[in-house]
Order: sequence, then structure tokens, then C-alpha cells
Amino acid sequence: MPTKIEKDHVTGTETTGHEWDGIKELNTPLPRWWLLVFYATIAFAVLWMILFPSLPIRGATGLTGWIAREAVVGEMQAHQARLEPMMARLRATTPGEIAADPELRAFALAGGRAAFANTCAGCHGAGGQGAPGGFPSLADDDWIWGGSLEAIRTTILHGVRNTEDERARQSQMPRFLADGLLSAAQVNDVAEYVLSLSGRAGDQAAAARGAAIYAENCASCHGERGEGNRELGAPRLSDQVWLYGGDKASVVRSIAFSRGGVMPAWQGRLDPAVINMLTVYVHALGGGE
Amino acid sequence: MSEMKAPERLQARPAAASPAPAADLPLYADRQKVYPKAVRGPVRRIKWAVLALCLGLYYVVPWLRWDRGSGVPDQAVLVDIANARLFFLWIELWPQEIYFLAGALILGAIALFAVSSLFGRLWCGFTCPQTVWTDLFMWVERLIEGDRVERMRLDKAPWTAAKWARKAAKHAAWLGIAAATGGAWIMYFNDAPTVTREILTGTASARVYFFFGLFTATTYVLAGWAREQVCTYMCPWPRFQAAMLDEHSLVVSYRAWRGEPRGKAKAQGVGDCVDCYACVHVCPTGIDIRDGQQLECIGCGLCIDACDQIMERLGRPKGLIAFETLSNLAASEAAVANLPPGPQRFARGMAARKAPRVIRPRTLVYAGMLSAVGLAMLTALLLRETLSVTVIHDRAPTFVRLADGGVRNGYTLKIANKTREAPTLALALDAPAGLRLTVQDPAESDAEGRPLLAARPDGLAQYRVFVTAPPGLGLRESTPVTFRLLDAGGRVAAREDSIFLGPRP
Repeated sequence: MPTKIEKDHVTGTETTGHEWDGIKELNTPLPRWWLLVFYATIAFAVLWMILFPSLPIRGATGLTGWIAREAVVGEMQAHQARLEPMMARLRATTPGEIAADPELRAFALAGGRAAFANTCAGCHGAGGQGAPGGFPSLADDDWIWGGSLEAIRTTILHGVRNTEDERARQSQMPRFLADGLLSAAQVNDVAEYVLSLSGRAGDQAAAARGAAIYAENCASCHGERGEGNRELGAPRLSDQVWLYGGDKASVVRSIAFSRGGVMPAWQGRLDPAVINMLTVYVHALGGGE
Repeated sequence: MSEMKAPERLQARPAAASPAPAADLPLYADRQKVYPKAVRGPVRRIKWAVLALCLGLYYVVPWLRWDRGSGVPDQAVLVDIANARLFFLWIELWPQEIYFLAGALILGAIALFAVSSLFGRLWCGFTCPQTVWTDLFMWVERLIEGDRVERMRLDKAPWTAAKWARKAAKHAAWLGIAAATGGAWIMYFNDAPTVTREILTGTASARVYFFFGLFTATTYVLAGWAREQVCTYMCPWPRFQAAMLDEHSLVVSYRAWRGEPRGKAKAQGVGDCVDCYACVHVCPTGIDIRDGQQLECIGCGLCIDACDQIMERLGRPKGLIAFETLSNLAASEAAVANLPPGPQRFARGMAARKAPRVIRPRTLVYAGMLSAVGLAMLTALLLRETLSVTVIHDRAPTFVRLADGGVRNGYTLKIANKTREAPTLALALDAPAGLRLTVQDPAESDAEGRPLLAARPDGLAQYRVFVTAPPGLGLRESTPVTFRLLDAGGRVAAREDSIFLGPRP
């Protein structure tokens, strides 16, 4: 309790009795209206707690029954309803028609961007740049299953090497070493030959030996000159883009044990309009054909 | 002068004669209602003129028209929030140019500092909206309820029908003015004739009605009820404006060296102040200026008019209360020390005064800041670009390796066109030979093969652009490139530097 309440001789006001290093505080009361405003804010807070969910107790929803989650869901549904006319148009058109119509295209690019971030970026990267270890770049000009609008749409609809969709893109390269189809030396030779297709062979003799093995075991899918085959999902071997790494050790590993990623089918998971938007968006990332 | 007394209404309620236990102190101070008396005089005339000018500007400006062509709002001053445009006469600002508004506010703040350091609280006393609207509301109050004494009597009187009628009339008039004020505020953000019609016919949006109601309510409460409480308790400016003032600033002052000791007009040996309380009765904040400089004084100068009237009636020189500097007050005080009241003391005191020092380090600094900011803003306004291009280099991926070993970079080009025309611009790239420019979106090319991009009238056009380096170009990790937009005459309409990224060589 303050003890030294005294009258300040300059102002005629009483002090609070507190003193700090000779500095005393005057006891100047608030105006009444200010005090009332303060009480009003307290009343407001109590009223708010009664009306809206304020306590971390299950079922304590407040008299209004308002719930933030429901409000968000409602807003999202309202937003979807606003988009619906455009989505209906997107559902009824092919990606080719969307790309040709400036209005639909702008909408599809914006919507595709959002859908890509939601469903695709986890593997293919935020800008479709892909990731090491079998997640192909969608921004370059090298396509395993084709880069036309129709091919991209098919890949998104049915996925790759999954078991859930009958029409999924399927391909299976043999495990040449693991299954005893080739010896370790043969794998080494054919790896050198594969590197020579993009002008990077280190051992010309081995590459020459590998040519015959390649013609016998690989050319049927990857092509005589390593040009690849999109029907079979056999990547081109004569370019500079390598899904699992282009150094010799990586190539050897791919031949020896075979590698291939899996992509889910998005048909049934995504609205057909969203798949069309994704098609147009991925096509526009830079590599569309 | 140094003895400052707090005005009555700031003191705690029942002021116990001797130190009382803390428990007996009141929790709040009752408001002492102020009944300012009407006054005539030069300061009052200036205040009326400023009031008319400010209110006139406020109510008339939204109705001024400015032809900008079809499809564009023709309101001279309009903040078009829906379309993100600010129209001010011939200037049309985009949201990213909001710094012009910030600059204007900074100019206003420095001007306020400068004016305060020269002439004291001119802003508070004459032009502050709180003062202007309170003055207007008091004028209405006087018309309906009469002057000070009549109002005090009315408030004390029992609630008869006549009193009810008068009070109702007053509040109706206040609400009318408040509604006009709130309505006018809305007009700065909506087309004035349209929104007026909508408000009157009940077809305006809920948002318009909300803000209309909000500003009507704040005007009514602040100018009708809160009044001087706003200046004393809510406004931060009175707290720190003292930092702008010094002993050479003109402030409303009571010349105590001339007025003291106070006494009856016919008494002998007393000063010029006859203790008539005219200055207190006209004060809109209810203070006694004779207590010296105080926080509550808004510097309106009405006490000067009131005191001058009394002095004139008594045949004494005017200016017992005047716009005076503190240094002059001190000089006069020193000059008349030990002199008895009388004409000689008055002459001596007045002779000791000097013309206010206008040029001081403080005012020079303010003037310098004012001209520097003003010049910077003028320069920015004159050099303001109406067509600009922004180049955003892709962040993910920073570059794409192509099948043939080449490298490609993606860019987003945003062409901001602040004019109402829609020029077609050729896109050119300044970069090492070999780099190839392609526009993803379908675009025509000019005679030299440069892609033609269309700018949107008063809008932003966006293009995806790729730059490709063939293999074996031997570029470093980062190569500077420049995008140029050429108009039909081949002149550079806009340019932007960017970079071309590639793998570490």
C-alpha cells in the first residue's frame, strides 16, 4: 500500500503515493466515459464468448452455432459454384480447343498452376523441373510418353506403371544382370556403347563390343541408334537428358537392375476439367509439342 | 507564469482538503460540461472563413467532374478501390504508385511541423476536422438552444415538452449534418451522383451503408458529444506537438506582466485583467488561458476576441491576450519588473518585445525537408513512366537442359500500360549472339522477325518468353541480357535487364 499520498503543490492534485528516485506520479482519474468504454469492451468480450465458440471444449459452439471450418467449407463451395460455368466448358472441350481459345487458355493456365501445385509438384517440382531419381522434368523437350496435348492428357488420366488403371502406361525393362541375361562384363560394354550414342564413351573398344549386345537386347525398344520409342515408353538414349543420371555408374545400374517410376492414375481422383487444365498447363511449361 | 494550474475539470471529484486514504479516491473524473459563449471579432471571422472553406472543399470536391474519355470515371477526385485506381484531376495512380500518397502525407506532416513551430497550434485551432465540425455543431446548438447562459439554464430545467422539442431539434440537425458528412466521405470512393442516388433510393450496397453509418455515427459522437474530450484524451498530437514549439513560436498567451494583479476595473493599483472570465466563457475546451500554456489549449484564439472586446469597452489597449511568443513574454516580464501597474508599465513591456524570429535552425530544417520531399515528389511525378515492362526470371527451374544439350530459360514479361491506348510493341533481346528468343503465346512478328506483343489499355499484359542457348555456346553460369520493347517508330518504349542462367561450365 502506498503510504505517502500528498497534495502536489503545483497542480493541486493528489499523488498516488509511489515514488521513484524522487519522481512522483499524480493520481489523475480517467474521464468517466473512458471508463465506461472500458467496461463496454469487457461486456463485448463476454457476449462474444457466449455467441461464438471460445472455449477449447468439444461441443462449446456458442449460441450462434457458428463454426469457422463450416464457414470456410461454405466459402469454398460458393467459390466452386462461381467457377462452375467455366469448369463445365472445360469439361466439354478437348485440351487442343482450350489451348486455342484465349479465354479458356488463360483460365486453364491459372487453374492448372494451382492444381499442379496441389497434386503434381510433390514429385515433379514446383515448376515441373523434376527431381533426381526418376521424377522426369516436364519443362524440357524430352518426353518418355510423348509431349503432345493428347499424350500428356493420357499420361495424367491413366498414370504410369500403376496397378489400379488398366490403361496405365506400361513398360518393363529386363533386369539384365540381376536376372542373368548378361554378364557383368557385357553390362559394362553395353553401358559404354550407350554412352557413345551421345558421344561420351570412355572406352572405345568396350563400346565396340557393346554394339552387338545392344543390337540384340536393347535396340528393339530403344531403337537402332538409341532414338527411343514413345509407344513403349523407352527413353531416348542419344540425348543429354537422363532420368536416372547420365554418368557411367548410373547407366550400368539401370541396365543391371532396371529402373522405372510409378505415377498414379488421376482419372476418378480429379475433375475432368482439372485434368484438362493440368494438360494445358504442363504443355505450356516449355516442352509442349 | 511558471505556476500552471490544472483546469477545474481535470481535478478529481470531491477534493478532500487533506491527504485522503487511497481507498477514498474516486475511480473516474466527472466530465464538466463546457458551454462556450458566442464571440465576435477578427479571430472568429477568420475561423468562420476557414470553416466555410474547409467544409466547402470537403462537400464540393466529389461533385467536380473531369473528362477522361469514355469508359473511365469522370470524377475529378476518386479512389476507385474496385478497379484499384486513384484519380486526382489529370493524375491516375496505380496501387504500386501509392508512394505518391505516402509522399503527400509526409509533406503534410512536415508542413504541420513547420507551421506549428512558427505559429503554434494553427492546425488544431482552425483546420482540424474535429475543430471545424465541433464549431459547426456548436453553431447549430446556439441557433436552437441559445447562447451559454440559456443552454446552462435549459440543461438544469425540468424535462418539459418545450425542452424535449429543443433537444430533439438539435440532435436531428446534428444527425443531418453527420449524415451529410458520412455521405460525402463515401463519395470519395464511389461516383458521387450514382452513390447519392443509390443511398437515397435504398439500392446501395451493404458496404456503402455500413461506411455511411459509421462516418455518420463518428461525426455525430465526436463533434456533438465528445468535443474537447477528443483533443484532451484521444488525440496524440497535443502530446508531442510541444516538441515542435519553442520560445519563438506564436502561441495564444495571456500577458500576465500587464494583467496582474487582477482587480476590479475601477480599483487602484491593479493590472489590466478585470477578472471578468470572458476568456474562460468562450473557450471551447473550458480552460483558463491565464493559467499559462497547457495541453488542453487548442490555440483557437477565441479568448483573444473575447478579451479585446472587454478591453475596448474599458478603453484599454487590446492584446491582453494575444498571439505572442514565450520569449517576448519573458522579455516584457523582465522589463516591467518592480513597476507598478499603469500606462508606463504597459509601454515599457510592449517596447521590450521583438518581432518573432521566423528564421531559426528549426524552421530552416523544416523548410529544407519540405522542399526536398516536394522536389523529389515533383521529379517522380514528371518522370513517371506510362509504359513499363517487368521481367520475372523463372525461379523453378532456373534453367532447363534440353535434349540436344542446349539450355533454356523461361521468363514472364509483364507489360504495364497506364495509358488508354493499346500500342503493339516489338520485343527485342540484347544478348550474346546465338541466344534465341521465342514467345510462347501466339504472336505475330514484325518485318525483322521480332515478336509483336500487344499492351493492354490501362492494364497489365502478360507473356511467357523463352530464351534458348544452343549447345556449345560456352556461356558462364549467369549472363546479363536486356529485353527491350520497341514502339512502331522503333524507339525504345521500355526496357528491363535480366539474366540468362545455365549450368556451371
